[in-house]
Amino acid sequence: MAGKAVGPVRRSFAPWTDPASKPFIEFRKVTKRFGDFVAVDDLSLIIYEREFFALLGPSGCGKTTLMRMVAGFEGPTEGQVLLDGQDLAGVPPYRRPTNMMFQSYALFPHMTVEANIGFGLKQDRMAKGEIDARVEEMLSLVKLTPFAKRKPHQLSGGQRQRVALARSLAKWPKVLLLDEPLGALDKKLREETQFELTDLQQKLGLTFVIVTHDQEEAMTVADRIAVMNQGRIVQIATPSEIYEQPNSRYVADFIGDINVLEGRIASTGNGVVRLECIGTGATVEVDQDLTAAPGDTAWFAIRPEKISISLDRPQNGTINAVEGEVWDIGYLGDVSVYHVRLPTGATMKATVTNRSRLVERPITWEDKVWLTWTRDGGVILTK
Amino acid sequence: MADPLATVETKAPPAPARQGSGRWLVLIVPYLWLLIFFAAPFLIVFKISLSTAAMAIPPYTPVFDLAQGFVGLVRGIQEFAVDNYLWLVSDDLYIRAYLSSLWIAAISTFLTLLVAYPLAYGMARAPKGWQPTLVMLVILPFWTSFLIRVYSWIGILKKEGLLNQLLLYVGAIDQPLTILNTNWAVYIGIVYSYLPFMVLPLYAALERLDDTLLEAASDLGSPPSRAFWQITFPLSLPGVIAGCFLVFIPVTGEFVIPDLLGGTGTLMIGKTLWTEFFNNRDWPLASAVAVILLFLLIIPIVLFQNMEQKRAERER
Ligand SMILES: Nc1ncnc2c1ncn2[C@@H]1O[C@H](COP(=O)(O)OP(=O)(O)OP(=O)(O)O)[C@@H](O)[C@H]1O
Ligand SMILES: [Mg+2]
Repeated sequence: MAGKAVGPVRRSFAPWTDPASKPFIEFRKVTKRFGDFVAVDDLSLIIYEREFFALLGPSGCGKTTLMRMVAGFEGPTEGQVLLDGQDLAGVPPYRRPTNMMFQSYALFPHMTVEANIGFGLKQDRMAKGEIDARVEEMLSLVKLTPFAKRKPHQLSGGQRQRVALARSLAKWPKVLLLDEPLGALDKKLREETQFELTDLQQKLGLTFVIVTHDQEEAMTVADRIAVMNQGRIVQIATPSEIYEQPNSRYVADFIGDINVLEGRIASTGNGVVRLECIGTGATVEVDQDLTAAPGDTAWFAIRPEKISISLDRPQNGTINAVEGEVWDIGYLGDVSVYHVRLPTGATMKATVTNRSRLVERPITWEDKVWLTWTRDGGVILTK
Repeated sequence: MADPLATVETKAPPAPARQGSGRWLVLIVPYLWLLIFFAAPFLIVFKISLSTAAMAIPPYTPVFDLAQGFVGLVRGIQEFAVDNYLWLVSDDLYIRAYLSSLWIAAISTFLTLLVAYPLAYGMARAPKGWQPTLVMLVILPFWTSFLIRVYSWIGILKKEGLLNQLLLYVGAIDQPLTILNTNWAVYIGIVYSYLPFMVLPLYAALERLDDTLLEAASDLGSPPSRAFWQITFPLSLPGVIAGCFLVFIPVTGEFVIPDLLGGTGTLMIGKTLWTEFFNNRDWPLASAVAVILLFLLIIPIVLFQNMEQKRAERER
């Protein structure tokens, strides 16, 4: 999970760091209510042109609602949704340069795969030959060429999902909204399709917004990720920032595996935060700027792969180190996960790369071990 | 069987066995129903159609005398004749009546569809809580006698009836229209009487329509008016076809409506049948008319059944 480096082409793409960048999709203080229920709560968000933007969050947090407001199926109760500087209020879906891939696919059951994919192009009165060519291209993109003449009910779940994807892509819309586009695909096909998607998005200069429950997928494809909770955005950042510097326990917990230790702030300032962990006797020292008063409750969050495990007591004593007992070892092929029981009863996870197949494991069940980490390995969170 | 395993196997739990007999019952009931209410009456009518009219009670020969047993049966069968059928094809009155019936049924089915579709569409789009009430309202007229409802149309359609009075009052016409005793009155009567048979299957089809399909169409650039013909209508076709059959089949043999509302020029096979039966007391000929009508209608009925079955299979 850590090694999800973003390709060199996209590293230079960061319009959100440039104050002169023009917003492309903009939510201005948008609230959406269904009766008394607040689905989207005073949310502001800017997505830039050519961005691949991912929405992440638990079920029911308002991701689909957000997309439906861009596509035009719902209007905001309060606030504005703008596209390219234009308020979208009153613009019906069929006049918006957006296409959406529905979570439920919404394939037309009485049309063949081909006709489904060509439907949007036909609405634009594209020439027949061009439509056929584009449909062909889309079919091969989602690897469904042999199924062109089938009806949706003759396809498997994953095939249907790919038809839905191809149909939403076919018009090369300025904004493509993908609501869990790849969930039903096997890992290999998913990865291939992710690649095809990013490739097409780059090539055509489109703006993609994707909802996914697969954080690895979000990390792989997205320029930025927004983590949502209960109709609000908790953090918007690049995949590596979200992963390395979550702004709250919520985000830390939501993305990937993480160990969280509760403690009290001992000191801050000069770019160093010291935290006394409760019950473990460990002192955490992290390079971080933080505004917090000594005595405040805070949490130290660190990824399992940032933790080293050893049988020997470290030289620094209990600074950035904690003692425990190996409780369980999970063998995951390329790595092993050590579950270490702390004196407080909590467990911490540490992953160790399995370098050699035949190495005699020096650390085994019920060993007393020391877990250590570096000063830049984790973050202190105050919420 | 001495093999202990075999006894174990025969001691299968009783549940599937009971289920088996239940299944058998479920299968037999519709066939029994068909036998008692369709096959038997049909055979009687068919038998009479092969007889010859006579001044007697009942007014035809031969009559099976069960007292004579098998011999009587054979003697009766020997007297059967297809003269009635030959008569039906030779006299073009009957052929014209059949064709006219089919034609009137086709037109009124189409008119019923035109009236029923917007109704069913409105019902399917109405708030969910309202829909059961609306369905009830569609069925409600069935609680009044069919005959009374058709009679009341006479009061509406006649020269000095409600419709003419209204039109005169509004100023749409200055002479009362002759509607009663024309084919128009028959169409109005049929559309009115058979509306629920069209509305209900249409409603069932439209109600199941997934709204996200229309959203998807809109999203892909199809405005609602176009999306109706691209999505809604094609997907409601099973309902359209079912409704059309449900109206067309009974209307072809309709008697009451053309008799009460139609004129002398309204030629329908149901009326012809009535005349043969009650005025001419020619039971055999009337029976032959009915048998041919049935065979004419079997074609659409079989088509309809086939289609329904295919749809059911597709949905599985
Ligand atoms: N039409 C509606 N009427 C009432 N409540 C709605 C409606 N649409 C959505 N909601 C509610 O709004 C909330 C957000 O829904 P939304 O579909 O946006 O969730 P989501 O983040 O897409 O979830 P999931 O990951 O499960 O797809 C949910 O609690 C849902 O019940
Ligand atoms: Mg959703």
